Amino acid sequence: MSSSISGATAAPPPATGGPSKPRSVSQRRPRATSSLLANGEPMIWLTGGALATALAMIIGLLALVIFRGMATFWPSPVVQIRTSDGRTMLGEITTHEHYRPSDELLATLPPAAAAKIRAELEASDGQAGRRLLRTGNYDLNATHFQWINDALVTEETTPEWAMVLERQSWGRFYGEPKSLLVDDQAAATGPAETWERFKTEHPAVRARLADRVDLAKHQLGAVSRKKDAARLAIVQARLDHGEDSPQHQAAVAEMARVSEWEAGENERLMAEIRKLDDENARYKMLMVTADGREQQIPLEEIVRAYPANQLGGAGRSGVYLSRWGEFVSADPREANSEGGVFPAIWGTVAMTLIMSLLVTPFGVLAALYLREYAKSGIIVSILRIAINNLAGVPSIVFGVFGLGFFCYVVGLRVDQLFFSAELAEHTPTFGTGGILWASFTLALLTLPVVIVTTEEALAAVPGSMREGSYACGASKWQTIWRIVLPRALPGIMTGMILAIARGAGEVAPLMLVGAMKSAPELPIDGVFPFVHPQRSFMHLGFHLYDLGFHSQNSEAARPMVFTTALLLIVIIAVLNIVAIRVRTRLRKRYGASHA
Amino acid sequence: MAFIEPADKLRPVQPRSHAQAAAAVYDPATGAQPTVAHASTGGAESSAFGTAPTASAGDATSSLATGRLAAIARGEPIEAAIHPSVALEDPVLEVDNFCLWYGAKQALFNISMAIPRGKVTALIGPSGCGKSTLLRSVNRLNDLIDTVRIQGQMRLNGDSTYGAGVDVIDLRKRMGMVFQKSNPFPMSIFENVVYSLRIDGERDRRVLNEVCERSLRGAALWDEVKDRLHESGLSLSGGQQQRLCIARAIAAEPEVLLMDEPCSALDPIATGKVEDLIQELRGAYSVLIVTHNMQQASRTSDYTALMYMGRLLEYGKTSDLYTKPRLKETEDYITGRFG
Repeated sequence: MSSSISGATAAPPPATGGPSKPRSVSQRRPRATSSLLANGEPMIWLTGGALATALAMIIGLLALVIFRGMATFWPSPVVQIRTSDGRTMLGEITTHEHYRPSDELLATLPPAAAAKIRAELEASDGQAGRRLLRTGNYDLNATHFQWINDALVTEETTPEWAMVLERQSWGRFYGEPKSLLVDDQAAATGPAETWERFKTEHPAVRARLADRVDLAKHQLGAVSRKKDAARLAIVQARLDHGEDSPQHQAAVAEMARVSEWEAGENERLMAEIRKLDDENARYKMLMVTADGREQQIPLEEIVRAYPANQLGGAGRSGVYLSRWGEFVSADPREANSEGGVFPAIWGTVAMTLIMSLLVTPFGVLAALYLREYAKSGIIVSILRIAINNLAGVPSIVFGVFGLGFFCYVVGLRVDQLFFSAELAEHTPTFGTGGILWASFTLALLTLPVVIVTTEEALAAVPGSMREGSYACGASKWQTIWRIVLPRALPGIMTGMILAIARGAGEVAPLMLVGAMKSAPELPIDGVFPFVHPQRSFMHLGFHLYDLGFHSQNSEAARPMVFTTALLLIVIIAVLNIVAIRVRTRLRKRYGASHA
Repeated sequence: MAFIEPADKLRPVQPRSHAQAAAAVYDPATGAQPTVAHASTGGAESSAFGTAPTASAGDATSSLATGRLAAIARGEPIEAAIHPSVALEDPVLEVDNFCLWYGAKQALFNISMAIPRGKVTALIGPSGCGKSTLLRSVNRLNDLIDTVRIQGQMRLNGDSTYGAGVDVIDLRKRMGMVFQKSNPFPMSIFENVVYSLRIDGERDRRVLNEVCERSLRGAALWDEVKDRLHESGLSLSGGQQQRLCIARAIAAEPEVLLMDEPCSALDPIATGKVEDLIQELRGAYSVLIVTHNMQQASRTSDYTALMYMGRLLEYGKTSDLYTKPRLKETEDYITGRFG
């Protein structure tokens, strides 16, 4: 039918054209083929180029982070370098670069070397090479790294028994094993024998150390917590019933009892700890540095040791994986530049999950009201604009709000109600930054995203479904609960994914509401009441900032920055992938093809 | 094949004689598009309506009847030609002088008709004539539109549906509705069918199973889906989805089953199945069906009402309406000369 109509209008041009002759092709206005814009090619190049540039930048960023992040833990060979000014150094080469040495520096060098450098400078357009050697042995040299001018190097070898010791404190140690001392008697001499003996003794020593840490941290901690509780009970009794009230006196008596018990318990635990310490103190490794100095290193100080130049591919992979294992599962040490980031991973994931749990129901309810109940009008429009604008507020502003409102107002109120004794001692419990308030702050920050996406998802539910439900006699809420929400769930998940992506990467507001450089106690542990939402926490983003800008050993921290960044990206990606998989399942189940 | 009218065929006919009116539609030579006269100018004029004396109905051959379309175009009231056979039936639903406005635009003009119990009644008419609006007024789905205003009355088995204090939700539970486009809910076939029981809080598994089987059998779908009741309702084919919606609509034993062009989105085979189903529902249910397809109306319905621009033109037994219509306009519409 429609074709006949269009045919009818297409057919009569001669009639409508009237007396004028049909234009021939040559009479037509010439097409501007010369204009590049006219045929669209440049726009393809422009738009395609923009996309390609964006892609290249993203891929470049990811590639850099992945490559540098993955490379950090790979053990490189240990080289021994002799210089013409008579120094001998052992370490790992981390970088090599060209630079222009200053004249003052040249003046301090031996004449022969200085002459060599000058000659080299002339030959290579004023550029001299130098390498950065990670020499470790901070306790001996007071430095972790040393620059060595290429021209000074007279000999470079890879000694067979050069060993890398990663220590609990003082950073790495580079040297050759001489003997293993038990009770200051050489139980093994010579590098090979010492290394073999080390491998048999070291696990037991580390196990004892772990026991000792557990005793000191948990059992001693539990004892002192009991004493703290008794002390707080006195304060509480005084606050509630007044000085010298029976309750107060009972609490004081209880305190005396606890003190006595605590003294005995402390004695017992300290004795156990001393026993473990004494046992561990028997084992030491005698190391010789490249410049011939000897150093005794207690075995319990050594986290990991390996003869770098003897390792094959499998050995290196073993060290590599062991370092990754430590990185993701252990606590940080050496001011965060060594060890693991487990508390930070925990804090990041926990905070993100709590945030999602807070923001999703809240945002969905708000969006439901806006979309389903509110009468559309100027107020609703203003509200929508306001919500969209809220998404653009700088995150630090939310941090300030979180500190001012959640910590200082809500938290103080909670303290006044439930923790008055602590408050009287000027130790706020909820009245300071913590993982709960950080989650609340980020929930607020990501709320607009959730509201906007949920609203879109609700709007995308076909009207026919709602009508079908109403026609069955369903009430408005039944329709929303049984039809609209299930159908909109995948879209709501999209909002949650966006919220996670936004929230997990935020750092600035967290610095104000509870993220800490170091928070060794996790907000969930074995101590009653097991969940401590008031505790401050570590966050990978903040850890990254701290590592990159506040580390004393910046050269050693730099590769860790990349590794931590890689980990942060991976965690956010994993969180997102999980959410996307859930959304895909929901979509299949509820048959929504839209976002 | 689904008979879908292009919207541009809806032309008010200029006041002129029979022959001219017919010629105007048929003669493509003039090429002149008649200007579309918008349905009356507003509520003020229309609300004064209904009391005005109208032309005598039933006089099919008189020149007054010829002028009906013209009178409608001028916004004058006309009286519907309702066959006496309708009055012989026991009505399940009575529509009494019903008017409806979308904002300032009036969509239904003084509709009065009685829907017989246990019969299939078809509403036919050109696009935009108000068939669907009338249907959706029965179960008050139009309440969902903020701008809708109504006047007049409807009674379902004697109970006023628009009176003060009527619970819309209870009212809708007494009716079932099937839509133009099948709209199974995003849940399993089983849950789709028992939805109206679920919202009433029915939890007894035995009752639910029984209702589900009875409804699916009633909708001639049981044999096709009995082994996959817990798959998503959206996994069914288009025709099956529509029959699922019919099963859902009859699950609560509705007093009236409303169908809004239930076959217009289906292929001929699925259409045939749904039409057969409507035949089977006759007797057990009172069906009010809106259709574009006059063959469908003649095949499936016992009674047919022709609407035009918000007015009821003629209403009677389907056989009478198709073979010996009272109005010239009805004959013209049925033979495809207007509409």
